[in-house]
Amino acid sequence: MATQLDKTNLLNAYRTMKQIREFEERVHVEFATGDIPGFVHLYAGEEAVATGVCMHLNQRDKIASTHRGHGHCIAKGVDIDAMMAEIYGKRTGSCGGKGGSMHIADISKGMMGANGIVGAGPPLICGAALAAKFKGDQGVGVAFFGDGASNQGTTFESLNLSMVWKLPVLFGAENNGYAESTGVKFNVPTANISDRAAGFGMPGITVDGNDFFAVYEAAGEAIKRARAGGGPTLLECKTNRFFGHFEGDAMTYRAKGEVKDLRERCDALKIFSTQVTSRGLLSQEEMTTIDSEVKAAIDKAVALAKAAPNPTAADLLTDVYIAY
Amino acid sequence: MARKLSFKDAINEAIAQEMERDQSVIVMGEDNVGGAGSPGEMDAWGGVLGVTKGLYPKFGERVMDTPISESAFIGAAIGAASCGMRPIAELMFVDFMGVCFDQIYNQAAKFRYMFGGKAETPVVIRTMIGGGFRAAAQHSQCLYPIFTHIPGLKCVIPSGPYEAKGLLIQAIRDNDPVIFFEHKAMYALKAEVPEEPYALPFGEAKLLRSGEQVTIVAFGLMVQRALQAAEALANNGIDCEVVDPRTTSPLDETTILQSVAKTGRLVVVDEAYPRCGMAADISALVAQKGFESLQAPVIMVTPPHVPPPFNGALEDLYMPDSARIEAAVQSIVK
Ligand SMILES: Cc1ncc(C[n+]2csc(CCOP(=O)(O)OP(=O)(O)O)c2C)c(N)n1
Ligand SMILES: [Mg+2]
Repeated sequence: MATQLDKTNLLNAYRTMKQIREFEERVHVEFATGDIPGFVHLYAGEEAVATGVCMHLNQRDKIASTHRGHGHCIAKGVDIDAMMAEIYGKRTGSCGGKGGSMHIADISKGMMGANGIVGAGPPLICGAALAAKFKGDQGVGVAFFGDGASNQGTTFESLNLSMVWKLPVLFGAENNGYAESTGVKFNVPTANISDRAAGFGMPGITVDGNDFFAVYEAAGEAIKRARAGGGPTLLECKTNRFFGHFEGDAMTYRAKGEVKDLRERCDALKIFSTQVTSRGLLSQEEMTTIDSEVKAAIDKAVALAKAAPNPTAADLLTDVYIAY
Repeated sequence: MARKLSFKDAINEAIAQEMERDQSVIVMGEDNVGGAGSPGEMDAWGGVLGVTKGLYPKFGERVMDTPISESAFIGAAIGAASCGMRPIAELMFVDFMGVCFDQIYNQAAKFRYMFGGKAETPVVIRTMIGGGFRAAAQHSQCLYPIFTHIPGLKCVIPSGPYEAKGLLIQAIRDNDPVIFFEHKAMYALKAEVPEEPYALPFGEAKLLRSGEQVTIVAFGLMVQRALQAAEALANNGIDCEVVDPRTTSPLDETTILQSVAKTGRLVVVDEAYPRCGMAADISALVAQKGFESLQAPVIMVTPPHVPPPFNGALEDLYMPDSARIEAAVQSIVK
């Protein structure tokens, strides 16, 4: 691994990944107490993907996310206090408590929303890219989607449409091996999801999604090309999820000891730490400092969320053209 | 004592018994087996809430997992149905129907009529509806009015385990496409269910409670809430009749009209959106064909015309409950 990233950027990368990890580990714990309502899908294990891609984006650029959206939000700069409050359904949340974990959005940050519908993001991001093209603002759109979502008609159609219209899009396939309980071996007949790009005449690349630098490099090239009018890319990042499909999943479809093994061998944060310390780019102390800052920030987010008020009854009937 | 079964197990038993009786019955859906292509156990899920669990060990490859490709597999179920199979396809949450709607409303629904009676499409599409899970706007809707709107589709909303088993067996044996709406808050609900297979006819409402003063028509989970309300109202000396239409297409107009002819008052309880929903539909029916017997305005008890909210307190306000049904009844009984 050779990197152009300076120290500030390396520290930022680590901080973002750590924030995602800590956020998710904490939501896992808090969910178990029964305080967090609804369906919650955690991103832990996949941090390098959102981080490596979003470090190339600015506020003008747009991302479309999935049901497993917390990591994308954090990497795109959504406020973690507002995110946590939303997950608790509070009035101070990013969606005023009306959306929850599956629908966190912050349009001002270019985060077009987590999504409850698998495969809904790719068409929307084609639209975001089209808007950028018309405005001529050099903006790009990134659609994150899973291995399961790679089989959705909307995804295939978007791959084609983005080529036909030469849109500035990055399709970020997060292959974590599972769609709910079903393995990618069952659902995807090609060796790689990126192999499908060829069918659309689009460049397709597969990288180790647990290696921040691999994701960062590949995404950087694709996004640069998109910005320059070179059209879309399908980037597959092979990664792992450390928790169940959703909170409460007994995971009987996984091998015994699988998650423990993945946490030991394929942890994006551990891999990053080793890479940067062995090359003398960052010190362990610098990262430990970030660890404690991040922990304090998450503690605060949880405390604020718990103490925050619920929406009021009147909120039920707002934010829609008419309610009756 | 007769055997009790949960709503979930009643559905599972209906499928298993029909699969045993008829080799052309097959099951498909996302994670309907669960664990395919994974290193752990097979039959790991049986659908996201476990309704089809145990079918794969019994019936092997007649129970199929599908990729997340609803247009393709719902369309394939419809195509297979028109070629002699009897597929039961699960489309997890009704909210996802948008992804495959063409195959349902332009294809399955139209074949028999459009081909001059020369086609049959005996497909069943099972799907979850309803709120109460804090699952927010894309996982909590009750979209059955959209399907009821389409000629050629049959729409079934079981209100308990007994209805679930009998109506699902009828759905599987029926030669028209049937959409079977299962309220996710009812899966654990238990009631007496006969062990042997039985089919409940479509288009026959069930009178769950007879009364003299007010007719309450309700669907799915709302039937349970209407019964609670009727119970509470009886203690206050108000005598309600509760009607469960069980199917919205075909609709048993006769039972509803006869009940209103007797009581002179109507409250319709529907968890679907109020505009162009079942409550509006039943109100229109009674306005057209039962106007003379009405002694008070018809009252619709529905959510407000907004998407389902995430926050629990808001969702509780959103969904009709027995208190709102009681208040509605009281408002038209002097
Ligand atoms: C249209 C649609 N179909 C099915 C679902 C149910 N569902 C939610 S997540 C999921 C699996 C998604 O797998 P993948 O795309 O690999 O994402 P991952 O969960 O692994 O991040 C399914 C089937 C849905 N939400 N929307
Ligand atoms: Mg996946």
